[in-house]
Amino acid sequence: MDAHATSAEPERSHPSVGVYVRIGLVLFVLTALEVGLYEFTYGGHAGPAGAAIQPFFVPLLLLLSAGKFALVAMFYMHLKQDHRLFTGVFVFPLIIATVLILGLVVLEAYHFAFARAG
Amino acid sequence: MTDTAHAGHLETATGLDNRKLAIWTFIGSECLFFASLISNYLVHKETWLTGPGPFPHEAWTSPAGKVFEPIIEIPLVTLGTALLLFSSLFVVLALANAQRGNRKGLLLWLGLTLLCGVFFVGMQVYEFTHFVHKGLTLKTNLFGGSFFVLTGFHGTHVTIGVIWLFTLWIEAFRGKIPPAKSLNLEIAALYWHFVDVVWVVIFPVVYLIK
Amino acid sequence: MATTALDQQRAHAAAGHEPTGLWSWITTVDHKRIGILYGATAFTFFLMGGIEALLLRIQLGTPNNTFLSPETYNELFTMHGTTMIFLAIMPLSAAFFNFIIPLQIGARDVAFPRLNAFSYWVFLLGGLFLNASWLFGAAPDTGWFGYANLTSKQYSPGLHVDFWMLGLQTLGVASLAAAVNFFTTVLNMRAPGMKLMRMPIFTWMSFITQVLLLLAFPVITVALILLMFDRFFGTNFYVPTAGGDPLLWQHLFWIFGHPEVYILILPAFGIVSEVLPVFARKPLFGYAAMVFSGIFIAFLAFGVWAHHMFATGMGPIADTYFSLATMLIAIPTGVKIFNWLGTVWGGSIQYKTPMYFALAFVAMFIIGGLSGVMHGSPPADLQQTDTYFVVAHFHYVMFGGSIFGLAAGAYYWWPKMFGRMLDERLGKLHFWLMLIGFNLTFFPMHILGLNGMPRRVYTYPEGLGFEELNLLETISAFLLAASFAVFLYNIIKTWRGPRNAPADPWNAATLEWTIPSPPQEWNFAEIPVVHGRDPLWEAKREHGGPLPEPPKVSGAGIHMPNPSYWPLVTALGLSAMMSGLMLIHHLGPWGIIAGGAILLFGVFNWAFEPAG
Repeated sequence: MDAHATSAEPERSHPSVGVYVRIGLVLFVLTALEVGLYEFTYGGHAGPAGAAIQPFFVPLLLLLSAGKFALVAMFYMHLKQDHRLFTGVFVFPLIIATVLILGLVVLEAYHFAFARAG
Repeated sequence: MTDTAHAGHLETATGLDNRKLAIWTFIGSECLFFASLISNYLVHKETWLTGPGPFPHEAWTSPAGKVFEPIIEIPLVTLGTALLLFSSLFVVLALANAQRGNRKGLLLWLGLTLLCGVFFVGMQVYEFTHFVHKGLTLKTNLFGGSFFVLTGFHGTHVTIGVIWLFTLWIEAFRGKIPPAKSLNLEIAALYWHFVDVVWVVIFPVVYLIK
Repeated sequence: MATTALDQQRAHAAAGHEPTGLWSWITTVDHKRIGILYGATAFTFFLMGGIEALLLRIQLGTPNNTFLSPETYNELFTMHGTTMIFLAIMPLSAAFFNFIIPLQIGARDVAFPRLNAFSYWVFLLGGLFLNASWLFGAAPDTGWFGYANLTSKQYSPGLHVDFWMLGLQTLGVASLAAAVNFFTTVLNMRAPGMKLMRMPIFTWMSFITQVLLLLAFPVITVALILLMFDRFFGTNFYVPTAGGDPLLWQHLFWIFGHPEVYILILPAFGIVSEVLPVFARKPLFGYAAMVFSGIFIAFLAFGVWAHHMFATGMGPIADTYFSLATMLIAIPTGVKIFNWLGTVWGGSIQYKTPMYFALAFVAMFIIGGLSGVMHGSPPADLQQTDTYFVVAHFHYVMFGGSIFGLAAGAYYWWPKMFGRMLDERLGKLHFWLMLIGFNLTFFPMHILGLNGMPRRVYTYPEGLGFEELNLLETISAFLLAASFAVFLYNIIKTWRGPRNAPADPWNAATLEWTIPSPPQEWNFAEIPVVHGRDPLWEAKREHGGPLPEPPKVSGAGIHMPNPSYWPLVTALGLSAMMSGLMLIHHLGPWGIIAGGAILLFGVFNWAFEPAG
């Protein structure tokens, strides 16, 4: 990472207003999909198909959420065009944070299932 | 908001602004803050059904026969979620206007951002009072504790963001955010987007996943 | 009045004079002064923590001793640990970050000078808050690890835990603010040509420390917030009778706590890696390996926390993973140790005081590191946990490691910081007393531990074979204390002498030695341009011998940040909020609101004040 190489480089231009608005619409649609997924799995509109979706519900939901997260970070927070250093400063903690959540949930699930149950 | 010792340096070693690098560093650090709060929520989620209700997705009948309905109001929170997402859009539009030196556009979009932020906080205040009326407090059960602490700290971040953006709106109104100073807004906007993406995670984890 | 004093100070600075007087220290944003403030404050806390340790040792000197009550003993060992970690070793490292990093990277100050002052004030107020507990007879008494549910309202109804948790929360703010600041400083404030892989190794290790601070402190912040809600607002996160989970505290605490021990040791690694090459007259052996092993250690720090929790019964899979990951750390650490040996190997060694401490650091740290690998094995750990074996281990890494490293740094950089050389003979006396006192105090703890003496217990009965070694430890602890009396005498004695240290007394390699001792306010009259890893050695080689003394120059035309008192106001607001939280059942929300108002007032004035 030779930091000095980029010092003379002007700040790259941000995306246009049209891109921002389109991203906003995609975010809205993804949110609608999240809620819709809930409605058709557990909510008022849950038909016989609901039970079939159930095993995929959490992964699908997390996937949608991750998509929204990535869109905001890449476009609205400009990580896509900005210096890679910013991406590193954000993504490295994000990885540790995710591992932390997973680690704690797994360790505590084991603890509740075996140790505490006796 | 210009606390940089550029003494002698016209350029920083990376060519990046000190304040922008600092806010990204802070955001990175905040990832761990919210990860810990979310872990707390998920860890207790594994066991809280043993405690007294009400619960988010499950009905619960007390030993005295009182029925507590599931407490989460998805339509209300979906509205809050949409508000926060749109506020993210509005604040980038405000920034684009600031960079082009369009003060009117800046004031309009930043004003709309603020409005969304205030409505989101209002939504949360309403939701919290509603829950308390339905018998859910910090003390009731582990759902109550971890829910209020997680969403409460997120709400505190939103409130700080609102105060910050409001200060910038006043500055912009007084014509003190010319394009050369648009970085002041860019930094606040990065914080605001971060608070938004935290909600992007909280929304499914707390409200949608059973 | 305040404003006029500030104006005078500015005029003074513009005329090229160093501002003096108490007010100039209160409003200072100069990284060197803040470094000195950190050092002086932390050393005071270090002496307090040392006195606490001596009291503990008196109690343990003889069996069935009644010198201390069990309650006081609990308070003393809790405050000893908390003080040494948060108020002594961390801020002593911070003193060096502050003073040395900007000089080593060729900068005139840190990226955010006022934020730097804020960090110091918050640290000072947090330390005072924590120690104010003594005045209320409510010193924290649940161990530096504060395990739930010892800390619950039910088992600890007094103010003890409140002081501890709010004090640590305050100190966390100071650490986080400083970490953001130094992370940005190291990346952004480097002089032209100072590429990342040309940075001095102390700056590198300190930089990695900032990353650990940034990622570890939010976790303890949350753990303490949850504890605060449990104690003040009736939640049950750690209360098992209400479905909560005390183990969650342990997880969160050690997710913070393990990176924390690297936060304590990495700066010392950096110091030693500066001292060894200078006094061996050889460039650091394996610079890149040193850097990457440091990064690898920091990365692993986040994946090994539960090795502090083998005794909780996490099951074979978790035990296996955490055991293997823990032992993996021995590899990058071993790389470092062999690189230090490689640096010294075949060098023309100058036996000066900093070198003594640095060499002893390597030896002591190896002992502490090896006993650490021993705990990495769960079956061994189950025998060793909660015994003095563990106490021996962490004192070998914290004292034998961090404190020896920091002492090497103190002797090495003292002339640069104060313009005076410390006395070599007294320095060596300090060293030998410390080395002998340290080993005689802590080595027997290995044996006592393996023989089953439990830690955290205020006394022991006769006839278990613990008497002789405990008495030896107590006597040696006073020898260890005497070594620091020699250090203090050394400081006082040389302070009376002339301020005549040369710019480069050790024939060193890095940029801080190219400028006068002590440096002028703006550090570098001209920002240096760097062409290699050992810029000063390269300059001397080109020059064909020692360089002439750099002249003191007028600072006219050099733009430096203005002094400010808003960081102090903001820090006071934060402390007032913490005090308000503590008194929430007496004042209602008003204490917090008042503190918050001061905080906000400070922040706004800070934000709109011309930074200069």
